[in-house]
Amino acid sequence: MSFHRFDYDVIANWIEPGERVLDLGCGDGGLLRYLGDVRQVRGYGVENDPAHLLACAKNGVNVIQIDMEQGLAGFDDGFFDHVIMSLSLQAMRNTQGILREMLRVGHEAVVSFPNFAYWRHRQAILNGHMPVSKNLPYQWYDTPNVRFFTLDDFDGLCEQEGIVIRERLAFDEDKVILDEPNFLASVALYRLARKDAAAG
Amino acid sequence: MQQAPQSVGTVVPQRAHFTEPLPLKSGGVLPEYDLVYETYGQLNAARSNAVLVCHALSGSHHVAGTYADTPGSEGWWDNLVGPGKPLDTGKFFVIGVNNLGGCYGSSGPNAINPATGKPWGADFPFVTVEDWVDAQARLADRLGIARFAAVVGGSLGGMQALSWTLQYPDRVGHALVIASAPKLTAQNIAFNEVARQAILKDPEFHGGHYYEHGVVPTRGLALARMIGHITYLSDDAMGQKFGRTLRHDKPVFSYDVEFEIESYLRYQGDKFAGYFDANTYLLTTKALDYYDPAFDYAGDLVAALGRAKADYLVVSFSTDWRFAPSRSREIVYALMHSDRRVSYAEIDCAAGHDSFLLDEPQYHAVLKAYIDNIRV
Repeated sequence: MSFHRFDYDVIANWIEPGERVLDLGCGDGGLLRYLGDVRQVRGYGVENDPAHLLACAKNGVNVIQIDMEQGLAGFDDGFFDHVIMSLSLQAMRNTQGILREMLRVGHEAVVSFPNFAYWRHRQAILNGHMPVSKNLPYQWYDTPNVRFFTLDDFDGLCEQEGIVIRERLAFDEDKVILDEPNFLASVALYRLARKDAAAG
Repeated sequence: MQQAPQSVGTVVPQRAHFTEPLPLKSGGVLPEYDLVYETYGQLNAARSNAVLVCHALSGSHHVAGTYADTPGSEGWWDNLVGPGKPLDTGKFFVIGVNNLGGCYGSSGPNAINPATGKPWGADFPFVTVEDWVDAQARLADRLGIARFAAVVGGSLGGMQALSWTLQYPDRVGHALVIASAPKLTAQNIAFNEVARQAILKDPEFHGGHYYEHGVVPTRGLALARMIGHITYLSDDAMGQKFGRTLRHDKPVFSYDVEFEIESYLRYQGDKFAGYFDANTYLLTTKALDYYDPAFDYAGDLVAALGRAKADYLVVSFSTDWRFAPSRSREIVYALMHSDRRVSYAEIDCAAGHDSFLLDEPQYHAVLKAYIDNIRV
């Protein structure tokens, strides 16, 4: 893992040293390895893609092969300090279910996703085409993404589900976007908790 | 540089005799015993590269390689163990041991009881997974191995790998627990019981002392193996391999072999009864049934795993219903909740429980990736 992703730093800043961390859709385990290096986390990844699973094994990352669409049965309530889903929520069908599960097994959830309402995406639609960008790199016919939503949409779902947004950072590439993030940000990271959870 | 996979070549079994009595979980004692084993590769100077491979119900110490002048004598996990193979004997010193109660040379029912000068037969004491591990640990002592880099096993062998990390937590770096379970289900014990009853009710069983009568309960043992074989294959694999193919192309209304699956099962049963020992089959299925590391912890597997210190790789196979993926996940979640390092792969493979003996590409790639990261 030679390259470094700015979102890794954001996530690392939300995590205390030595925490138990679960990374859902962990890919090749790059984030977990990074969090192991800089935060000494006890990390576990979840993957259901055989190639990703193999990459994790090569990277020496703990990885558990299950289908997240079926939920996280088998994971104890509150076992993890943080449950992360980095740029994978848009590829999940059971959106509400997995958010509930993340906040069941973790004290906090960290979620990042591409913003479908990013201005370049809007421009693409206005020009008559589905958006293809760094954060939505697929063609409409081969995308693994099944849910297309915006920052505002996600905020609304959190409200509806009783999920507290403890922090939100929006970015265009690696630049922080403070004004009009639903228009100007290509990706956002959220730190989430249950409404009934103690403040933390 | 990737080395092309090779065979470990010609191998010769070795025998170790132990005179220190071995206390058994049943309360009995083996006053003295033999263990037959094979080794592949070289033990390094630091004695840190040893890997123990534990065998399942019908396996043996002959894990890899061939016997001189014996065609078709490849070891039962020859596709895994060798130079350039996932368990690379260029890096690791690999040991296979025939478990106590076995019938391939280690002390067991068909060996001579030193106290009587006659075969042990039914007098051979009940042995458990824990007893096997204790005996394997003494062999490790004898070979100067204080700590295994890894202990590896499939099915009942996976139970031994898991048990190693609980009985000797400081002596195992990694455990590879494949197509296994933390304990058998009632259904799984039920299959074992049918197999045992087939043997016990064979008129030539003679209470387990058939050696003295010069006979073998082959009918019971063959039936036991037929039952086992059905449970080791998936419905799909059996359907693809045999389907409803009829030997005479049409029903002939007879109890002789008509369907090809009947032919296959009879052949496998008879072949097995020709070389395996019925008492060993009885003892080994009981060892399977009894294994339950959480028993002394009121069924709490997380508590039972509390003393473990190893890292783990757990593997299951999608079509394995005798040791289903859900059973492997029980191990995985308990290890995770015990803060052990653990990875879990669920391999898509059509061959049922027997998948663990095959070289399905994803399976062997995951094993290789994990094993390559084991430091010696």
